[in-house]
Amino acid sequence: MYIYDDYDQQIVDQRVDQFRDQTRRFLAGELTGEEFRPLRLQNGLYIQRHAPMLRVAVPYGHLRSDQVRALAEIARKYDRGYGHFTTRQNIQYNWPKLEDVPDILADLAKVQMHAVQTSGNCVRNTTTDQFAGVAHDEIIDPRPWCELIRQWSTFHPEFAHLPRKFKIAVCGSVEDRAATWVHDIGVHVVRNAAGEVGFKVIVGGGLGRTPMVGAVIREFLPSLHLLSYLDAVLRVYNRYGRRDNKYKARIKILVKAMTPEAFAAKVEAEWSHLKDGPMTLTQAEIDRVAAFFTTPAYQTLPAEDKGFARLRSENKAFARWVERNVFKHKQPGYAAVTLSLKATGVAPGDATDAQLDGVAELADRYSFGEIRVSHEQNLILADVQQADLPAVWEAAKQLGFATPNIGLITDIVCCPGGDFCDLANAKSIPIAEGIQQVFADQDYLFDLGEIDLNISGCMNSCGHHHVGHIGILGVDKSGSEWYQVSLGGRQGHDASLGKVIGPSFAQDDVPGVVRQIIEVFVEHRQGDERFLDVFDRVGMEPFKSRIYQKERAHG
Amino acid sequence: MGKHPHIIKLDRSNGQREIVANHWLRVAEGCDDTIPAHTLLPLKEWLERRDELLGRADVGIWFAPDDEPEALGQDAARLSIIAVDFPAFTDGRGFSIGRLLRERYGFAGELRAVGDVFKDTLLYLRRCGFDAFEIRADKDVEEAAKGLDDFSEFYQGAADQPLPLFRRRGG
Repeated sequence: MYIYDDYDQQIVDQRVDQFRDQTRRFLAGELTGEEFRPLRLQNGLYIQRHAPMLRVAVPYGHLRSDQVRALAEIARKYDRGYGHFTTRQNIQYNWPKLEDVPDILADLAKVQMHAVQTSGNCVRNTTTDQFAGVAHDEIIDPRPWCELIRQWSTFHPEFAHLPRKFKIAVCGSVEDRAATWVHDIGVHVVRNAAGEVGFKVIVGGGLGRTPMVGAVIREFLPSLHLLSYLDAVLRVYNRYGRRDNKYKARIKILVKAMTPEAFAAKVEAEWSHLKDGPMTLTQAEIDRVAAFFTTPAYQTLPAEDKGFARLRSENKAFARWVERNVFKHKQPGYAAVTLSLKATGVAPGDATDAQLDGVAELADRYSFGEIRVSHEQNLILADVQQADLPAVWEAAKQLGFATPNIGLITDIVCCPGGDFCDLANAKSIPIAEGIQQVFADQDYLFDLGEIDLNISGCMNSCGHHHVGHIGILGVDKSGSEWYQVSLGGRQGHDASLGKVIGPSFAQDDVPGVVRQIIEVFVEHRQGDERFLDVFDRVGMEPFKSRIYQKERAHG
Repeated sequence: MGKHPHIIKLDRSNGQREIVANHWLRVAEGCDDTIPAHTLLPLKEWLERRDELLGRADVGIWFAPDDEPEALGQDAARLSIIAVDFPAFTDGRGFSIGRLLRERYGFAGELRAVGDVFKDTLLYLRRCGFDAFEIRADKDVEEAAKGLDDFSEFYQGAADQPLPLFRRRGG
């Protein structure tokens, strides 16, 4: 984990003072609501349906146990005893008081946390693979690069008022677990033929109203040039991105309008002025940051622990949890455990103060005191000894975080939706719960295999519905809530966007529609085929004809 | 447009600032005759009369957000004052304009932010090379000037401090 030095701490502390002053001036009428809005958004503060919502940054999804305890304390002290983990690996609180926010930020700063740039038209929290540093398929640890990007983007004076929000994701493994193809910038850490570290740079991906898969604008950027090249991309976007229409303001629209080739040429021309300038990284700085992400003090262990193997063969429930929630580790005898925040009846991604304290305790006992947040809204203990897995399983069950459903249809990615969010057209949490209830039978659920089901309450696509194998989008039709269903989307290196199946459905019909989709899948399935394999083989038609055989759909 | 009574003037060499009377009149368009002293002309108009105006230190330019510093190029180094208009403080194009004028085109004169300028934008403006700030008429100028000190350390290199923190850290 990165540890602040005096510089980092001072910057965060001064941010608390600055925001305290801004809040004071707003409450005193010295700043209008219109002026305060962009300022508070750059600090993750929304004015929502019921109360303000504060989004706290979890840089690239990494947390220490003391930070998780601080998050629990904030939930108790300033909120209603819970927080919500988001698809940007952040955590948000739904019920703080505006006048308390400066104090919350001060509490966060004590544990090296903040809410900097978690919203607004600026560079947002950089995200990465939740298994960074421990993944068996990792080529290069992406976290030092994420931290370098975090520092570069924090209070960048030139790019605080971009045409629209800007999201960067970094991936360093064979499999892309960071959705890099659907980000404003996706960075793949790679090695060239000469063995040098560098980056493949993808721009112009994104979800939202106009979903697009990004385009590669540079196959290999030598590592020292990362920040000056990012400056060049952002400068081109800042100057030429559309500002006349917020729905056409993301970089993807600019890249598409210019063509990726012309955009790349413009970036190269800008970069030719910046290349080899002061923003060129130094090896000393790369080494300094990388030193925070070293291998923990692993013990030398056999590849398979006997006690673990025995329980796995004897206990079906444990075996099932291991199969779904335990990820293969690069270190023999260790495993990465995903704690599922997707129990039926709980809003996906929610955790109570007691659960957070419990997770911190587990991290201290079993995983070097560290916790990660995944963009699928679960929590990860990344370095657990196999021998400890039975104990972690029991403890996770006590916490309600042992649902063995990672990657299954009930591991739903879901935004807060109309229950909380002002932007939403429709609710999303009750939809998630309705679907989870359809798949209450664990054997049936397990047999269905991997299915990503993602729900967004509006076109802003915080629930990433476009890249769900099954995507559900809340739409507003003359004041009532309807849901559009798409199939075939996916993240990863073959990222593509789902296709809408047909006219939208009423809320009560959605679980039944999902049930029918799964029935069609099962009927066409050969052997252990995944949902996506079947969909790619049989296409949309069988699903469509089953669902629309009766007059269920609206207009 | 027009003439604000006061501006905040920053000495870039030592960080000193003072509130001074404003002498410059920003106009939407010039006139056919000789341009009066202390006029800020739109970039386009200045470029049309470049040969006539290049030698005049008492005529300056103002940039709209979509004006391109490239159009002025190295002439920037010979000007005494350039203003950049921020029609809304959330329009960030002017920040790039400022840096390009300072860092690429060698502009060393007064770089003035005009328009929707108040306390919460001053520090970023300063970092992008601005050293004069025409504070919106309905805002307290003294209070606004304090915004220049919101932060004392920065990660990135910019016009005010070309070296990023990583080149100064531990030094």
